[in-house]
Amino acid sequence: MFKLSEDVVAEPKEQRALAGGAKTIEVRDVNLFYGDFHAVEDVTMTIAPNKVTALIGSSGCGKTTFLRSLNRMHELTPGARVDGHVSLDGEDVYAKGVDPVEVRRLIGMVFQQPNPFPTMSIYDNVAAGLNLNARRVPKARKDAVVERSLRGANLWEEVKDRLHKPGSGLSGGQQQRLCIARAIAVEPEVLLMDEPCSALDPLATLAIEDLIAELKNRYTIVIVTHNMQQAARASDVTAFFNLDATGKPGHLVEVGATNEIFTNPTEKQTEDYVSGRFG
Amino acid sequence: MESATVTDSPGLARPSSLLASGAGWRRRAKDRLMTVLIAGAFALAMIPLISLVYEVTKRGIPGLNLDFFTEDARGVVGEGGGASHAIVGTLVITGVAALISVPIGIMGAIYLNEYGQGRLRRALTFFVDVMTGIPSIVAGLFAYALFELFLGPGIRLGVMGSVALSVLMIPIVIRSAEEVLKIVPNHLREAAYALGTPKWKTIVKVVLPTAFAGLVTGVMIAIARIVGETAPLLVTTGVVDSMNSDPFHGRMQNLAVYAYNEYRSPGVFKQAAYDKAWAAALTLIAIVMLLNVAARLVYRRYKTEIR
Repeated sequence: MFKLSEDVVAEPKEQRALAGGAKTIEVRDVNLFYGDFHAVEDVTMTIAPNKVTALIGSSGCGKTTFLRSLNRMHELTPGARVDGHVSLDGEDVYAKGVDPVEVRRLIGMVFQQPNPFPTMSIYDNVAAGLNLNARRVPKARKDAVVERSLRGANLWEEVKDRLHKPGSGLSGGQQQRLCIARAIAVEPEVLLMDEPCSALDPLATLAIEDLIAELKNRYTIVIVTHNMQQAARASDVTAFFNLDATGKPGHLVEVGATNEIFTNPTEKQTEDYVSGRFG
Repeated sequence: MESATVTDSPGLARPSSLLASGAGWRRRAKDRLMTVLIAGAFALAMIPLISLVYEVTKRGIPGLNLDFFTEDARGVVGEGGGASHAIVGTLVITGVAALISVPIGIMGAIYLNEYGQGRLRRALTFFVDVMTGIPSIVAGLFAYALFELFLGPGIRLGVMGSVALSVLMIPIVIRSAEEVLKIVPNHLREAAYALGTPKWKTIVKVVLPTAFAGLVTGVMIAIARIVGETAPLLVTTGVVDSMNSDPFHGRMQNLAVYAYNEYRSPGVFKQAAYDKAWAAALTLIAIVMLLNVAARLVYRRYKTEIR
């Protein structure tokens, strides 16, 4: 599947990615606010490279807010604030002088609702990362990147004959894979996924989960899911978030190997949640 | 507090049988009466519109001939001559006004919708709203005063008319563009940000193309709104009989002022002058109609299905 990249002269960034560019994210004492409202409290964890980390927990406990703080999307909401330390492979992501645009190039995101750009064709959607960011990329290289990304997202075979048709003509599952192809086309080091399958049917969900299993070889993946079975199936590490009561900030209860969390959790809250007593 | 059961409340009393509820003829009659009243109100509202179109068409057609479209009124005191100078003038003045208003209007809308925050944004929105209500003669006097400052009294130029029309057109473009930009869903902007796209590029390459059809429609409607303005042009572009297509030199005629002039000073051959005035009015209506049709066509062709 990745043979194609050998045919193309790899730029330095590509070489770095081929060599395993997935990075570690360190999170220390992170507190997240919407104005005065304290949404997430005191999160400290390590997100390991080339692993899938699942964030689980009931609705409203701050999983998505925390996820969006990793690639500096949280601050786009007016009044939103981040306190604490987030670093990508040792480099502080929130340091003064760091351009959030650069951070988002390195930490990509896939959203709950597939959101291909409606004015662009499938080809242009995948190449959007290149078109919107880089200087002029020669067509041959762009073709190569688009094909590599679509193959990487397991979508190439289905769309190779209609690359120049609009992206909105695809099914939900295909659109989500298109969004994943778009995200990996810029070769991030980490891929964040916010409930990527919640809008999809079970077959499409399975296709995405298989894809995630392949993608983790090249990227670090963090996935928010409210579907416990999905977390148990698809992830290596699971972090359980919870709320004490509505209005209170969400906090990280426990994080550990997925097997451990689901069969032998340390905290009672975790055990109650994974056995379905609440949530 | 005792809770009343459903049957205690008279309005919700259950009919003894559904068939018995057929005696609700009173309700059906009320329905029909309201329908008639509403249809009648609509017909009433349509009467002036239809009567206007009918009258203008009836009286304007006799004035339409080849001369009307090809000749100007230079040196004409009789029945001859045409309004080609007025038609060209309208197109030039409106075109230049659009050239000024569209960039300013769209950039203003982009600022208000994408960047504006807090008090400054509220103040700007308020001023834009005020501007939409400016009487057109005031806009004309403003343009005249502005140019008089630099070029002396009595100055008349085509571009002055364009400036006056821009004052009227910009708030319309801003308002409609702002509405269209608001409709572009936020998740598209987020998708672009998540790829590491700077904000301005997101606006230029994602938001504007998605809003394109709506923006064009808004602009065309704004143009249709100002194309028939007379008062501001009377004081800025003046009245002239010969063809002038240079907005930066000399007076320029336009259809609205032409119609006014032909009616007010018909000269010896009154009927011919009146015919020309009506023909000019008909041409104006035709231009507005064409613009609206073009706006619809562009919208249908370029609209993006946003899910």
